[in-house]
Amino acid sequence: MTESNLLPSGKARIDSLEMRGITKRFPGVLANDHVDFDVKSGEVHALLGENGAGKSTLMKILYGLYHPDEGQILLNGKPVSISSPNDSINLGIGMIHQHFMLVPTLTVAENVALGLPSSRGALTDLDRVSKRILELAKIYGLKIDPAAYVWQLSVGQQQRVEIIKALYRGAALLILDEPTAVLTPQEVDELFIIMRQMTRDGHGLIFISHKLHEVVEISARITVLRDGRKIGTRPTSETTKQDLANWMVGREVGFAPERGHSDLGAARLQLDGIHCKNDRGAQGLRGVSLEVRSGEILGIAGVSGNGQRELAESITGLRKITSGRVRLEGQEITNVTPGEITERMMSYIPEERMKDGMIKEFTVAENLILREHHKSPFSRNGFLNLRGIASHSDRLIQEFRVKTPSRETLVKNLSGGNIQKVALARELSRKPRVIIAAQPTRGLDIGATEYVREQLLAERRKGTAVMLISEDLDEILALSDRIAVIYEGQVMDIVPRETATPQKLGLLMAGVHPE
Amino acid sequence: MRTRMSALFDALLPVIATLAALAVGAVMLLILGVSPVTAYAALFDGAFGSFNAFAETLVKATPLLLVALGICISFRGDVINIGGEGQMIVGALLATWVGLTFTEVPGWLIVVFAMLAGFLGGAVWGGIPGLLKAYFNVNEILSTVMMNAIAVQLMNFLLRGPMIDPSQAQLASKIPQTARLLDEFHLARLAPTRLHAGALIAVGLAFVVYILLWRTTLGYRIRAVGQNPHASRYAGIKTARYMALALILSGAFAGLAGAVQVYGVNYRMITDGSASGFTGAAGFNGIVAALFGQLHPILSIPASILFGALLVGANSMQRAIQIPSALITALNGLVVVFVVSSEIWRRRRQRRRLAVAKEEETPGRPTPPEVQKEAAR
Repeated sequence: MTESNLLPSGKARIDSLEMRGITKRFPGVLANDHVDFDVKSGEVHALLGENGAGKSTLMKILYGLYHPDEGQILLNGKPVSISSPNDSINLGIGMIHQHFMLVPTLTVAENVALGLPSSRGALTDLDRVSKRILELAKIYGLKIDPAAYVWQLSVGQQQRVEIIKALYRGAALLILDEPTAVLTPQEVDELFIIMRQMTRDGHGLIFISHKLHEVVEISARITVLRDGRKIGTRPTSETTKQDLANWMVGREVGFAPERGHSDLGAARLQLDGIHCKNDRGAQGLRGVSLEVRSGEILGIAGVSGNGQRELAESITGLRKITSGRVRLEGQEITNVTPGEITERMMSYIPEERMKDGMIKEFTVAENLILREHHKSPFSRNGFLNLRGIASHSDRLIQEFRVKTPSRETLVKNLSGGNIQKVALARELSRKPRVIIAAQPTRGLDIGATEYVREQLLAERRKGTAVMLISEDLDEILALSDRIAVIYEGQVMDIVPRETATPQKLGLLMAGVHPE
Repeated sequence: MRTRMSALFDALLPVIATLAALAVGAVMLLILGVSPVTAYAALFDGAFGSFNAFAETLVKATPLLLVALGICISFRGDVINIGGEGQMIVGALLATWVGLTFTEVPGWLIVVFAMLAGFLGGAVWGGIPGLLKAYFNVNEILSTVMMNAIAVQLMNFLLRGPMIDPSQAQLASKIPQTARLLDEFHLARLAPTRLHAGALIAVGLAFVVYILLWRTTLGYRIRAVGQNPHASRYAGIKTARYMALALILSGAFAGLAGAVQVYGVNYRMITDGSASGFTGAAGFNGIVAALFGQLHPILSIPASILFGALLVGANSMQRAIQIPSALITALNGLVVVFVVSSEIWRRRRQRRRLAVAKEEETPGRPTPPEVQKEAAR
């Protein structure tokens, strides 16, 4: 290997990029407070921090989406000014967003060419683009077909298209914003192989994630931000996950939640051969049979889009079951209305909490009574009882430690973690018999995640039957008593926690039976 | 400080938009060779210049407010009601029929029944598109507009045939109008002007609608369905029912406006063939008044008075300086366009500020004050 100044893509490498004393103020908030950050050619530098710690702001400044109030950016030692994403792309900085910026109905080549001038003027040059994509794919070991339509690709493949897109535009330095959030364990491994290849070739990578074990696995150095300030930068070899977690949260965090003892009781929720359609009219669930017993957490593991949403919705009455039956404590609840299922004390924490669980233009108090607004003490003879609502809300805000200026604050103004606390408060305060929790910690920071998990475990100890649907394997493994793996609308297998490993579950999630 | 300024700015935005519209109108007046100062002085004088003028403003504001109250309900339920005109007409027809049919009944009782009839007529006319929307997913903007056309033709038919004034039926002219209501059926006058008890009814109902929307389970459900039908359904609310109900109630208030117009001002129904010939376009202007009042029933009171003033003032401006009546219509249109677009602009500004604030919001840190301000609705 020669120490050439060029990357395999033919672009000049960025030996070092340094952000110095970056400060960014928003009305009422100091988002970045004199933050220093740097990344060198050939390394993965992880940026770690809770939601709102200022990671996104810092990266948006680097990518030209925001302008810093103070501080400067040095590229190979020379100050540069980045005032738009165009500037940063021209300097060789690329960004892989958490939500892909791809057009599903176009091919890979068309997506890559999108927004770039054609080499043939008014005519398209997709053949040249495809050729270049194949070259890049070969150099970086990315398997990709330029003629494939994006909608046909898996999430992992779509991410590769994003990486190719950045490389095509000449990125020497890549910002990867939570790239693993949507991947299976196997896809994460593949991404890491690509990332390692890229660093060997001289690219610099900035890796943003909450998942500590991934950060520790892939990065050379780690910088932790908290409340807009830099807490420190350390070589990965000199830190532990526990240190990092404490740095992020600013206090000691318990890693493995305390499960405690729980007595298994009778089956509370029984599903018998459930079939239903998905939103596109195809089979969403194909004969799912499960049971959740009192005092247990049944984990539902699986890659996104394999029927999790349909499962939750058909149990809670939001989706029509085409065949099969659901029983709650022995009583049939197949295809009854969501209102009746609510009456039978089933609680639901929906996956899309802002769409299905909350009315964001309503106040905290109004959201807290959503399920029971027509009952005493919240309603009398058709009139709302404001005093009853107020005292109920104040009690729950305190009990569930919701950080809100008041009960009259609109829910949309709360942070994600606090919104989820409002949802938990509403659903758990009803003393449910069964809880369906779908992706209950998605997008939450460590502190809020820890809190939600503790609450679910507390419910389990009280004897509630909990179904935990999650794409986060760590969460499934930490909380569940048994784990059902769902693949293409069917239960692949149900594994007791004692024998479950990420590898085994990963294979099942990909539709492969181990052994 | 900056945030307080911007909150104040938001609150004054409709007023600023109105002034901006008048400024554009001034340019048009200049082109016509009229001094805007004289013209607007005449406008102000016509609306507020005397006790009589102000009473006239309130007379015009009354149907606007009643329609606006219904609009507050339907728009809060995320149902767009453009059918105020038709609902007013049907409400008025039914109320007139009551007054012309039951002539032996005491006056106060007839007034009560007539108002109820108006309410009911509007409810039916709003209810048809409401049910179509709720249960067959028919776009309510289209259906309410079409119901307007049907209502106009129904009015023309009834006033030329079955409901025509018997004395006109004898004459060759056959003016399409009903007989005049008996004097004891008229809504009481509040002062020696045309101001009638309908204004009090409208203001009283503004408070009723406020209580309905924010103090009853019914209002809670209408607002919940309007803001997020998914979450409402999951919470066990029958979303279709409350969608339909929002449009039924909205129509009912417009129908009441029609009844009040007949019993308080015209004392008979007469048609020139168009809807606005009877309604004075209150079914549309009421929407603007409601938006001006930020879809809040209480704020709709001053908003309606302002629009009433504009209507009355524009008339006297026309008389004073002899400008084409088309300009008056244009001026009204300008105000509507400016106010509605300023509302969209305000929402966008608010969203942008929220997006910035939220992104940077740090757990444990208090929410920025400007964001809290938005909460204090």
